[in-house]
Amino acid sequence: MHLAYPAVLAALLFCTGLYGVLARRNAILVLMSVELMLNAVNLNLVAFDVWLSRAAEETLHSGQALTLFTIAIAAAEIGIGLAIVLAVHRNRGTSDIDRLRDTAEGHESPTADGHDNDAPTIDGTEKAEATA
Amino acid sequence: MTLASAAATASLAASGPHGFLSPTGVEIAFLLVGLATFGAALVTVTTRQLVHAALWLVVTLGGLAVEYLLLTAEFIAWVQVLIYVGSVVVLLLFGLMLTRAPIGRSPDADSGNRWAALTVAVAAAAALVWVVVDAFRATWIDLDGPAAGSTEVTGASLFQNWVLPFEALSVLLLAALVGAIVLSRKAKAESSSPPMNARGATQSSRSVTESSPPGPDTRQDPAEQEGAR
Repeated sequence: MHLAYPAVLAALLFCTGLYGVLARRNAILVLMSVELMLNAVNLNLVAFDVWLSRAAEETLHSGQALTLFTIAIAAAEIGIGLAIVLAVHRNRGTSDIDRLRDTAEGHESPTADGHDNDAPTIDGTEKAEATA
Repeated sequence: MTLASAAATASLAASGPHGFLSPTGVEIAFLLVGLATFGAALVTVTTRQLVHAALWLVVTLGGLAVEYLLLTAEFIAWVQVLIYVGSVVVLLLFGLMLTRAPIGRSPDADSGNRWAALTVAVAAAAALVWVVVDAFRATWIDLDGPAAGSTEVTGASLFQNWVLPFEALSVLLLAALVGAIVLSRKAKAESSSPPMNARGATQSSRSVTESSPPGPDTRQDPAEQEGAR
């Protein structure tokens, strides 16, 4: 098999995930796109491991071992990410990442007006949580 | 079999019989499954129905498992099916359900910068595909012979050469488990039962009324603070 097939497919999947991360607004859809990018990297690792295990007689199988590690780390990442998204949703009532601009520097006036006016007490309790 | 091995050795010598215009059966299967996978990935990042995005992600990950099988990495393929299709997508569906995602079409699934994102993604795809095709134009994967990623081979290399990262990974998974439980449990205890949880109640009320930054000792119980003073 030509090596270009899995490599091109991995590149296309990675760029699809990149588009999803940049263009999506829901945090869980962003996490899905991150999964797509990780899978593209996994496909590259497996293809190059299969190639190098024959071509260079590489016996460590480092590509497949790294793929297993990436899958496990992705599982941990999706668990932590969903826990964070659920905590944010519980505090703010939204998982829209365009509205979570509290630490942004230049975006206070145009977008965050309607959100900051209606929930000052929630912000106060959140600051208390953050400092405690 | 002898013909295949002879062709393989000849290809290793001169890379003559390979070519884009005469693809092998494995390449055709890889191409078809890859088209299905890429199409499902495109639908995943562009659909406006959030639950459908998770279900198309199942198609994408399953297609990648088939690609792993075609690359003779069968253990990775079954791990992909078990972990990604089995658990990660279920976690994502639970996340969509718990954040009360709308079932039908949601008009604000895409943010306003989608054209910039499309530009960046297309530019990155063009650059990556050009570089990859140009770099590996004359490289072929030899898929004949024993499988490069059978369970025996993968297990042997994993437990002979990669034992220490494997164990470190188990510790990482434990830490992630504890972290996810702590992240989910704290907010739930505060919101559900204030009288049972005196700590969160006193913290929030104090910080709202006095508006003073709580010191480092406020994470203890009030009774313990009295005793310490």
